[in-house]
Amino acid sequence: MNAEVAIIKTAAETALAQAFSQARGRLPGDKAITAKRAAAFDVFAKTGLPHRRIEDWKYTDLRALMREAKPLAAPPDAAAKARARSAGALLGDVEARRLVFVDGAFVAELSDVGNLEQGLSVGSLAAALTNGDPTLAAHLGKLAPVSDAAVALNTALMGDGAVIRIAAGSTIERPIHLLFVASDKPAATFTRSLVVVEAGARAMLIESHEGPAGSDYQVNAALEIFVGDEAHVDHVKIIGEGADALHVSTLAAAIGARARFNAFTFTAGGAVVRNQLFLKFDGEDTVAGIRGATLIKGRQHADTTLVADHVARGCQSREMFKTVLDGEAHGVFQGRIIVRPHAQKTDAKMMTRALLLSERAEADNKPELEIFADDVQCGHGATAGALDDDLKFYLMARGIPRAEAEALLIRAFLGEAIEGIEHAGLREALMDAVAAWLEAR
Amino acid sequence: MALLEIRNLHVEIDGKEILKGLDLTVNAGEVHAIMGPNGSGKSTLAYVLAGKADYTPTAGEVRFDGKSIFDMTPDERAAAGLFLAFQYPLEIPGVATMTFLRTALNAQRKKRGEAELSTPEFLKKVREVSAKLDINQDMLRRAVNVGFSGGEKKRNEILQMALLEPRLGVLDETDSGLDIDALRIVSEGVNRLRSKERAFVVITHYQRLLDYIVPDVVHVLSKGRIVKTGGKDLALELEARGYAEYQEEVPA
Repeated sequence: MNAEVAIIKTAAETALAQAFSQARGRLPGDKAITAKRAAAFDVFAKTGLPHRRIEDWKYTDLRALMREAKPLAAPPDAAAKARARSAGALLGDVEARRLVFVDGAFVAELSDVGNLEQGLSVGSLAAALTNGDPTLAAHLGKLAPVSDAAVALNTALMGDGAVIRIAAGSTIERPIHLLFVASDKPAATFTRSLVVVEAGARAMLIESHEGPAGSDYQVNAALEIFVGDEAHVDHVKIIGEGADALHVSTLAAAIGARARFNAFTFTAGGAVVRNQLFLKFDGEDTVAGIRGATLIKGRQHADTTLVADHVARGCQSREMFKTVLDGEAHGVFQGRIIVRPHAQKTDAKMMTRALLLSERAEADNKPELEIFADDVQCGHGATAGALDDDLKFYLMARGIPRAEAEALLIRAFLGEAIEGIEHAGLREALMDAVAAWLEAR
Repeated sequence: MALLEIRNLHVEIDGKEILKGLDLTVNAGEVHAIMGPNGSGKSTLAYVLAGKADYTPTAGEVRFDGKSIFDMTPDERAAAGLFLAFQYPLEIPGVATMTFLRTALNAQRKKRGEAELSTPEFLKKVREVSAKLDINQDMLRRAVNVGFSGGEKKRNEILQMALLEPRLGVLDETDSGLDIDALRIVSEGVNRLRSKERAFVVITHYQRLLDYIVPDVVHVLSKGRIVKTGGKDLALELEARGYAEYQEEVPA
């Protein structure tokens, strides 16, 4: 971190400070939460919006990219709720329990909270904060690092989100879908969700973000997941924000022993996207697959920043991130694998590949390994390049027109990452989204 | 009218002239063998016919079915009925063989204004052709040429040719890397496709392939030009005497 204190505040920083001082009195939560908010905002106030001299934000200069801070979103009106009924179309064929958030606020009448499976409890963060839910005291803020400016802001201003608990040994067959939709009012939302999956339980979580094009709304979403020993959790995040939106989201997970954890991020929307993953391997012999596919064009900016922290021994993690860039898009991947001294027998392999469809697109890859144990297998690879002309020629020589040949190769490129998703319906939905993106190219 | 007519073709790669005034006429129903030493321009001829980038014609002309092909993209040439069996078929990870075959077949049909094949029609066709080429269903389920042996890749090329039913098949050293059994399977695959309407240009270094695919005409290519043309016996002569005399005949 840079020790330099931002003396001159930007307009956005000033607006955020004003928003916090005006909202702090009415944001939900008891004294302890209020103190947590204040402490988090202090962290933010000291550093300000992260900029290029902050190493972790080197390629995503939020101070430059975020010219203004939008006002905190008001509760959604009837019209916004009505429009939200058509949200989530991409996953229309995926049968899931939907929890719908409009402009960051939980909307019970659009959500499916009836007939909960045995062992499943769901609720809103706002309600949990207001009611002093003991789950929060035990878990909230334990995983997402407040030292990160985005997390600090989220912690200070969190309004609503989901709180989900899955009891030990329960298998929840039906995926749970957190659907975040922005209305046409350009506002800022700070959502915070908490998912506790107890030992031996199994669940699949979908998190999707969408909103209208032409509205420069701002999303800061954080999700903390506790994966118990021998639990099996799949998380799929779809960032399909409107073309002018700014989206910063954080996934923070702590994974127990002998568990299985898969996380996948699909990014296609938003003007500026920062997707952060902080994963901690706390228990032995866990197997994890962390993957992502990003498709950006025009002047889109998408940053995936991953920290996989191997604390316990014998865990296996596979990280694979694929990015397709067209136009003047800018893609960033920062991936750090840390292997702590006790994490012997760690097997971690990270691969990131960027496919540049335009000479003006830019991809920055920064893979890092920090290894403090001596008996490990770790590796990383990073590539960036254009479509292979020889492969394209081979396809064209069989009668396949250029655009179709390119589409086949791009689908194959992303398919390698998307195939890692265990849920067939989701895989198909995402391949359809890829096809739609290619169609619109 | 000849199916393929090449007149005084000059081709450069990276500013270096490889073909230096090549003439060749192939009529429908004929099989022409093109033999020659390494570096004589055999593969260049194959690639320039298929339309590979960086193979730049600087003079002469190539007419396929009476139409100049230089302004046609590779996919347009394929749809017009020109097929190149690659010397080194490429591996395409992530693209299933069946998807590839179907996309290619339907793209060509679409360009010719024909209806796309239905799934059952397509599957029936693939099954018929693949069985004859000793290609099993497992191979078809894998990504294009990924994990295929050299022989499997060559059989896959012939499978594509049989499905796409071109008017002219150009076989670029299809025999290289094949054992005698694979050579027989591949040759039988080609022979089944021989017809009055279809022609083949078989490019090879060795006479062996021509025992199986018996040519009507044999050409010797040396230093970018056809230096001798004869009947199938010319291949035997070359096998016995080598290419040395032809390499010396043409001044550099």
